[in-house]
Amino acid sequence: MSILVTEKTRVICQGITGKSGLFHSQQCREYGTPLLGGVTPGKGGTEVDGFPVFNTVEEAVEKTGANTSLIFVPPPFCGEAIMEAADAGIELIIAITEGVPVFDMVRVMEYLKDKNSRLIGPNCPGVITPGIAKIGIMPGYIHTPGSVGLISKSGTLTYEAAWQLGNVGLGQTTAVGIGGDPIIGTTFIDLLELFENDPATESIMLIGEIGGTAEIEAAEYIRDHVTKPVAGFIAGKTAPPGKRMGHAGAIISGGSGTADEKIAALEAAGVIVAESPADMGAAVKRAIEAAA
Amino acid sequence: MKIHEYQAKQLFREAGIPVPEGIIAKTVEEAVAAFEKLDRPLVVVKSQIHAGGRGKGRFKEHPDQAGVVLARSAEEVRDNAARMLGSTLVTIQTGPEGKQVSTLFIEQGLDIAQELYLGCVVDREVGGPVLILSTEGGMEIEVVAHESPEKILSEPFSIHTGLLGFQARKLAFKLGMEGKTVRHAEKFLCQLSRFFIDNDCSMAEINPLVITGDGELVALDAKISFDDNALFRHKPFDELRDLSEEDPAEVDAGNADLSYVKLDGNIGCLVNGAGLAMSTMDLIKHHGGEPANFLDVGGGANVDQVSEAFRIILADDHVKAVLVNIFGGIMKCDTIVTALLEAYEKVGFTVPLVVRLEGTNVEIARKMLAESGRDIISATDLTDAAQKVVATLSS
Repeated sequence: MSILVTEKTRVICQGITGKSGLFHSQQCREYGTPLLGGVTPGKGGTEVDGFPVFNTVEEAVEKTGANTSLIFVPPPFCGEAIMEAADAGIELIIAITEGVPVFDMVRVMEYLKDKNSRLIGPNCPGVITPGIAKIGIMPGYIHTPGSVGLISKSGTLTYEAAWQLGNVGLGQTTAVGIGGDPIIGTTFIDLLELFENDPATESIMLIGEIGGTAEIEAAEYIRDHVTKPVAGFIAGKTAPPGKRMGHAGAIISGGSGTADEKIAALEAAGVIVAESPADMGAAVKRAIEAAA
Repeated sequence: MKIHEYQAKQLFREAGIPVPEGIIAKTVEEAVAAFEKLDRPLVVVKSQIHAGGRGKGRFKEHPDQAGVVLARSAEEVRDNAARMLGSTLVTIQTGPEGKQVSTLFIEQGLDIAQELYLGCVVDREVGGPVLILSTEGGMEIEVVAHESPEKILSEPFSIHTGLLGFQARKLAFKLGMEGKTVRHAEKFLCQLSRFFIDNDCSMAEINPLVITGDGELVALDAKISFDDNALFRHKPFDELRDLSEEDPAEVDAGNADLSYVKLDGNIGCLVNGAGLAMSTMDLIKHHGGEPANFLDVGGGANVDQVSEAFRIILADDHVKAVLVNIFGGIMKCDTIVTALLEAYEKVGFTVPLVVRLEGTNVEIARKMLAESGRDIISATDLTDAAQKVVATLSS
């Protein structure tokens, strides 16, 4: 078992005729993901490297039976692309696009309220269930199948964690990058709940960063609802306050959202927090051993 | 993107939000002329820099001169303007180096009955915009939030309708307003919420918002920042940008679509991904080093952008060693190495370079590095990379 991405997953890519969209669609297909085609308005009826292209998501769903969409659409149009996917009945929408305006995301989240779609991202690496399917931009070979549920705000730090987990002999059930933007579709808490309820997931690794309070709320949720061992890491311990560190969300303002504050909250909830980014894999091992 | 107070007030005025009458001045003569044109018994002379805390701030060249002063005569305006223009204002937000003042805003003085705080932000937990109102005008809102959170009222509003009249009245009554002040407040708050949405602001702050002796509301200060990702919808705002307020290296990086923040250390960092870039800084510190910068080349950078990144890092005199840490996803490792080798040709590396690569196309990239014959220290993992780069400084 795994979460979000399973044997039933069937994927299309919105923005498949763009450079990144095509490259990563090819990479996903190579990994074994059933990536059945893509959408680019105006290019319907054509084909790109063996992928059929459709004008609308609705048509793509009708022709391919897709239930999942991977979005590479440029930032000004990404919000609408997400809503189009939801309207077409796509169950899992994974938005990779970086730089979506905040108010576009406010509109998207409102639109999704009465839809049955789950959004991951935007500005995220995507989701992988190792050995089954990769829907995103993560390198496939660094993820091995296993029992750790991996949740992260940061893309490349997810890779780092997956790599370290592999090096200590731990694979992942599913690895999810939720994105570092202020407004995102799926939160730490949503995924903690899914992993807690997934029988194949035996432990959880949660990677956060400075800014906002999502990690504090995740810590409270872990304390009250999660029975599985959890390890954590918070990036940005040495970041200066008031400066935006790449992610729109990664800014320490007025003394809140600091790494120390988040680490303390996680530790108080029984989470084993990695001492450095090089210690993430080992921290999961320690969490599992401590629970045994 | 941040803008100046006088620019924010101009936008407010156009949106029908009441602001005091004011004129900008770039010379002492313009400042005096502004005073005469305003023709008021009292004016406020305000330094225009992006940082806050101007009123309490002092000038390096004139330690007794405040960044915001009251003036009652042309002579007072002249004397103050002469000390302020061209001098360096240091406030709690500028850092010790301060900011040079090249523009003053001369504004009518107001008959102030009460000072409030009013702000709009996008709240992550609410998932939308929120209006914040407090009786503690003139105070840092973070301090109020910490010391007396009960004095802060907040009200989420829809991005379709803005704050509704009843929501504004609710806040006004809670704050103890009466009579026509409630009506003025309703109009003011609703207009600000609309302004916030229509202009894709990420923050709009009026501190203080003044209630005058006549019960009217006026924005005595105005601080606005826009969502950088939405600037494509607001082309006229390009003209409001003041590059002299930004770090030149950060401007160059921004033009190349790189995310760069200058820091105080001596180890230059080039990393892909914000989280990994922050972690790389953390790890360098963990091993006793000091990062010279945060630099995220992002996901889809091409060779030119990565070359520019190297140029920016190497242009910093403090950089004594460089650490490249790439975990390729969208970013392909061979793109980094191509740019790295190009940087050797064009810029030249005079400092030790430690490279750690993993991820997409790593094999191709490692082969390119090995065959280049360049003196590059390769690292196998994060710890190895951090230790090696710190070691180059002590040897």
